[in-house]
Amino acid sequence: MAHFEKANSLNEWLDQRLAVNTLRRVLAKEYWIPKDINFLWAMGMVLAVTFGILLVSGIFLLMYYQPNVATAFDSVNYTIMQEVEFGWLWRHVHAVAASVVFLIIYIHMFTGIYYGSYKKGREMIWISGMLLFVAFSAEAFSGYMLPWGQMSYWAGMVITNLFSLGSLEVNSLVEWIRGDYVPAQAFLDRFFMLHVLLIPLAILALIGIHFGALRIPHVNNQKGEEIDFKVEAEKYKAGNKAASKVIAFANDFMSKDMFVVAVYLLFFFYLVFWHFNFAMDPVNFDPADGLVTPAHIYPEWYFLWSYEILRPFSKDIGLIAFGFAQVIFFLLPFLDRSPNAVPASRRGAFMLWFWIMVVDMIVLTAMGKLPPEGIFSTIGLVAAVVFIALWVALPFITKLEKKC
Amino acid sequence: MNQTRRGFMGKAFGAVAGVGAVGALYAMKKSWDPLPSVKAAGFTTIDVSACVANKLIVEKWRGKPIFVLKKTAEMVASQNEEQAARDIVVGDDHFMIAIGLCTHLGCIPAYREDKKDFKCACHGGEFDFAGIDTLAPPPSPLVIPPFKITGNSVVLGEEGPEYKKMKESGVIA
Repeated sequence: MAHFEKANSLNEWLDQRLAVNTLRRVLAKEYWIPKDINFLWAMGMVLAVTFGILLVSGIFLLMYYQPNVATAFDSVNYTIMQEVEFGWLWRHVHAVAASVVFLIIYIHMFTGIYYGSYKKGREMIWISGMLLFVAFSAEAFSGYMLPWGQMSYWAGMVITNLFSLGSLEVNSLVEWIRGDYVPAQAFLDRFFMLHVLLIPLAILALIGIHFGALRIPHVNNQKGEEIDFKVEAEKYKAGNKAASKVIAFANDFMSKDMFVVAVYLLFFFYLVFWHFNFAMDPVNFDPADGLVTPAHIYPEWYFLWSYEILRPFSKDIGLIAFGFAQVIFFLLPFLDRSPNAVPASRRGAFMLWFWIMVVDMIVLTAMGKLPPEGIFSTIGLVAAVVFIALWVALPFITKLEKKC
Repeated sequence: MNQTRRGFMGKAFGAVAGVGAVGALYAMKKSWDPLPSVKAAGFTTIDVSACVANKLIVEKWRGKPIFVLKKTAEMVASQNEEQAARDIVVGDDHFMIAIGLCTHLGCIPAYREDKKDFKCACHGGEFDFAGIDTLAPPPSPLVIPPFKITGNSVVLGEEGPEYKKMKESGVIA
């Protein structure tokens, strides 16, 4: 066994056994952050905090929720909402956080796209981030099933039907996923398991990879400047903090992160206490009924853009377009042929590409919510075609970009 | 230990692990299959003798809505070959029996007695009284479930001779 000196403090005692000082140094005190970044870089911390909120509120909901087709609806809408003290709080916190987390993810994603933070050695940050997006989507979908309302049931029906792969009609695969001919008890049980165990585990692992992916290439900065982190860190450690281009993550940069988080939490709890309804679909306050369809089936707002890409086409083409929309963001670091990791405003045609993409996705979102009739269908079709065309054009316009 | 022995141990371990992995995956796949109780409940008997012509009846089979529509004499007479091929004849009566889920994304279309057709509210798809898609987005006719005719009843979930005949002639994909 190793030799241990008598420890003079709790910190020393822990350091001998857990290397807490080394951990603190590597994870916080000597983890370097460029000075030249704005509040948009705090979205990672905002997401981490929101995930923490989801975890805690979810644990409290889990104590009264019943994953049974006969009792699930009432366990949420009666037991948790009416009987459990502060049950309404956990539910609204959980529902609002589940919705807002996507707003922040989209801001986080588009910040990365705008500043070119996905290229030149940062590909793994982007890819692990996209995997997190997929995991959060699966988490949101499986959670949406649990109250077993009408939208839950029919969303489950429609989404699992996608796995019949259009005209291939692989119904046995759909029945295997459901464990039944329609969404029923087996379906609810396994999606419950996915929601409370398997996907959260995957998310935790992916968050670890996502943070780890930052270590070597470090975070990008507002100007896209290439910083020699070793040299700058030495300046900082020598006490020349003003001349150094970097600061330590903790406590220096954390203070800025935490300020943004505090402002965000004011907005978040404003929604929880006064506008929680935006995260609740009225249709989902009717218990699930396999013999009645809601007049108009639509997903939550954060899936509307990809839903609208599926909708205006015939079944098979729609499915292919939908699949395209799901995977194409993963390929961004490889479709962008320009080496410039600078803000879009300095990249010419790419800036146009970026803003058309943002507007197009907002249009798709709006059309996805509206009934698919007349002019709305046409706008939706055009927006879906524009979305695909933008991705096809990306390698060409970025190839032509000058090195700046 | 020499290298060939080490290599042999590696291969032997790999083989054991491979067999274990395949076995585990098989068990995982099977445990997600529908349970025997779910499969056993997959039969429904519908007595069609009380049906009224041009009035849609909705039954439940395997949790799915089943449309049972008795056709009027005019409807039967006006049918083209494609529509007639989908008729399920019980005694002297002609029926349309199909799973009442739109073949686009699985909503339940509504029957319009005056127009004698089905309209899906979700995405605007339409089907005629024989269940054939007449307006996109649905890509194919309403699905005819496996059925067997016994007297005045239709048993869903079992493949009778009439069903097999429809399958052979290509009416049912």
